[in-house]
Amino acid sequence: MVRAQLKQIFLCMGFEEMPTNNFVESSFWNFDALFQPQQHPARDSHDTFFLDAPSTTKRLPEDYVERVKQIHETGGYESRGYVYDWKREEANKNLLRTHTTAVSSRMLYQLAQKPFAPKKYFSIDRVFRNEAVDRTHLAEFHQIEGLVCDRGLTLCDLIGVLHDFFSHLGMTKLKFKPAYNPYTEPSMEIFSYHEGFKKWVEVGNSGMFRPEMLRPMGLPEDVQVIAWGLSLERPTMILYGIDNIRDLFGPKVDLGLIKKNSICRLGIN
Amino acid sequence: MPTISVGRDRLFAALGRTYTQEEFEDLCFSFGIELDDVTTEKAIVRKERHLEAEEDADEDEEVIYKIEVPANRYDLLCLEGLAQALRVFCECQQIPTYKLADVSKDAMLKMHVKPETSQIRPYIVCAVLRGITFDKARYNSFIDLQDKLHQNICRRRTLVAIGTHDLDTLKGPFTYEALPPSSVNFTPLKQERSFRADELMEFYKSDLKLKKFLHIIEDSPVFPVIYDRNRTVLSLPPIINGAHSAITLETKNVFIECTATDLTKAKIVLNTMVTTFSEYCANKFVIEPVEVVYPDGKSHIYPDLSIYNMEVSLPYVNGLIGVSLEAEEVTKLLNRMQLHAKQSTSDNKQAKFVVSVPPTRSDILHPCDVMEDVAIAYGFNAIKDKAIVDNKGSKRLAASLKLLPLNELSDLIRKEVAMVGFTEVLTFILCSKKENFAMLNRKDDTSKAVIIGNPRSSDFEVYTPYPCSLTAVRTSLMPGILKTVAHNKDHPKPIKIFEVGDISVLDDNNDVGAKNLRQLAALYCGANAGFEVVHGLVDRVMEKNGVPFVSSGDKSGYYIERSDEPEFLAGRQARIIYKGKHIGTFGIVHPEVLNNFDIPDPCSFVELNIESLL
Repeated sequence: MVRAQLKQIFLCMGFEEMPTNNFVESSFWNFDALFQPQQHPARDSHDTFFLDAPSTTKRLPEDYVERVKQIHETGGYESRGYVYDWKREEANKNLLRTHTTAVSSRMLYQLAQKPFAPKKYFSIDRVFRNEAVDRTHLAEFHQIEGLVCDRGLTLCDLIGVLHDFFSHLGMTKLKFKPAYNPYTEPSMEIFSYHEGFKKWVEVGNSGMFRPEMLRPMGLPEDVQVIAWGLSLERPTMILYGIDNIRDLFGPKVDLGLIKKNSICRLGIN
Repeated sequence: MPTISVGRDRLFAALGRTYTQEEFEDLCFSFGIELDDVTTEKAIVRKERHLEAEEDADEDEEVIYKIEVPANRYDLLCLEGLAQALRVFCECQQIPTYKLADVSKDAMLKMHVKPETSQIRPYIVCAVLRGITFDKARYNSFIDLQDKLHQNICRRRTLVAIGTHDLDTLKGPFTYEALPPSSVNFTPLKQERSFRADELMEFYKSDLKLKKFLHIIEDSPVFPVIYDRNRTVLSLPPIINGAHSAITLETKNVFIECTATDLTKAKIVLNTMVTTFSEYCANKFVIEPVEVVYPDGKSHIYPDLSIYNMEVSLPYVNGLIGVSLEAEEVTKLLNRMQLHAKQSTSDNKQAKFVVSVPPTRSDILHPCDVMEDVAIAYGFNAIKDKAIVDNKGSKRLAASLKLLPLNELSDLIRKEVAMVGFTEVLTFILCSKKENFAMLNRKDDTSKAVIIGNPRSSDFEVYTPYPCSLTAVRTSLMPGILKTVAHNKDHPKPIKIFEVGDISVLDDNNDVGAKNLRQLAALYCGANAGFEVVHGLVDRVMEKNGVPFVSSGDKSGYYIERSDEPEFLAGRQARIIYKGKHIGTFGIVHPEVLNNFDIPDPCSFVELNIESLL
């Protein structure tokens, strides 16, 4: 239900839903196209679920792959690149997507194949991380992602959109912290003041996609993409006062708890 | 995200001032790092050894700060690097310039690379830190940095492995070779006797720390090994250093070697080691170079401290951030981020900078990285305040379509009632006065209803879906619901239906003199009246709206009390009081009313106003 309300919020802000009905993804779309280097720790088997079947991806757009290889190895578009040997076998490895940003990269690539028109996209769907399971972490959870692709976007625009979005969730006091993602620069962690806990809580991550990701796709030079993401579980747990994620989702839920919880009024008040 | 542990007091000493924890957290927040945990040295040790908390009063419990740093900032992986970055950020220090010591090529130490190394671990880079002074804390920091680098950029030593040695125990020139394991013999660190390399691999299979690295070379016919001129083994990379050249607190000259399968990363690792610790050298920030000679005769001098010059335009920076900063301000901001920026004259009047990226900032790949540093130094939250004031951003980008709260709430309630097994129906809004009042046993209270002035007479119509003339707008959902049951007499029981819809009542406060009210009505019809089912639904709707059941008179939730409405059976009905207001009634439908509507089976009914729940 929280998911339905979030979808409403995005639709009211003029965002279009991205198709996310594929759990299996190639390392190429999940990492390489996003300018995440092949020796990055997130690509380790202790963070990502790699697959035995199907183990490798069948098709990739070859000319685009070549451009991605170049930018990793030697740079380009004013970047010095990572300067390492990029391996095709690594990009071919299939995995369970670790973020819905993989879908965003596919959508942006599609957008770049046509004459440019600005777009606002969102998605809310499941992602998979090979992490230790505890009170607040599961191997699978839902990621919410929003992005705006247009000419001349700025960091100010990103901050403005974030204020807009989070105000629909009832969070009006925000502050931003410099962060690092391989595919965004600048990157900002978003904090909101929780009146109940009386402290600042991290509510999401955001940034502007790097030119090393956008230019090889073929997007024009003056086009920028601002994006942000958060998990669905965290705000739901805060909203309903649940401190163990397994009470919310998965087979170990308490049916009594689910029946009792009040309706979600996100986006209404 | 890597975390480093630094002694709080040592850190503050390096920063030149003390901070309260809150002040320090604020500094971290604006710089882009995070104070993850505050603990003590003793607590860490206790935790590692799973000991119980000891009560012995030991005054010397050093406070440790665990700080999370960005994964691409290798220069922040030790106290020295972090403190320097923060000092420059706070404008307490100028950006240091790292220099190579003025040593002629002939006098330089040499590292000769043998061809066999290309089979297993082809690259090596080296450097010397001359006249260094260690104390216990600096020494620990030095070791910790190597550990952190090994874990991160070195990818657990597979890509790069670091070896550090007391240069005074060795004699150059050095050779980097790859030999069959049985021909390598030395005393490794922490051991008392010498081992053959193949023996050593077996020996370390039971070493918790080192067994993880054995796989990197164990299947190779040749193992990498570094010798000095006297055939003393410096190290067996990436496994272990030799005991002979072990560094102590008294060491004055350090020889650093990094063997690797990735040359770019080896250079970054070496640069990180020498830039952060050269502040302890006799000649601060001066590093002595080493010449690495390859079998083909080509040689390279390391460390490669060259500055990378990047051209960045001012309009680019301003344009992407969304501010209008002057060139001087941008220069100052960049200096605080350890990036030296010089304005370069350009012909088309566009202000350009040449940004000198030091060897400590391998994370700067593209002008956008420079732009981010400008934004960080300016302050993301300062930009935020600007963004709010202008408000251009959000208005331009996001449509601001609003949901109607009452309609949203109606939909949510519809879903909930349907989920407990009631079927939704849609009944007519127009009805006759008779249905609205008399048939419900109610007095014709014309003070409440919206009455139609020109109703059609049903005698004229050949066919009409309406059984009688329409004279009023419903003041209740009840007649429509009852008529629906009446037309479905033969439907299998129990019949459970509901509706969420508007009624109209007269209201002097409105400009037109009438208003709509959003109601929920539900009915149960079966072999018995099902009073408990309808009562259950009332409780369910309240629960789903987060309304607590309270005792009579309490205005913080809802309770029920006996009512006396004519449409219900006496003694089998109740009114619902929510926050002190009567919002609805439920009960067993009066047999006379059932008769009026020609319903043969007992029914229970509820109607309540949901606007009060908003």
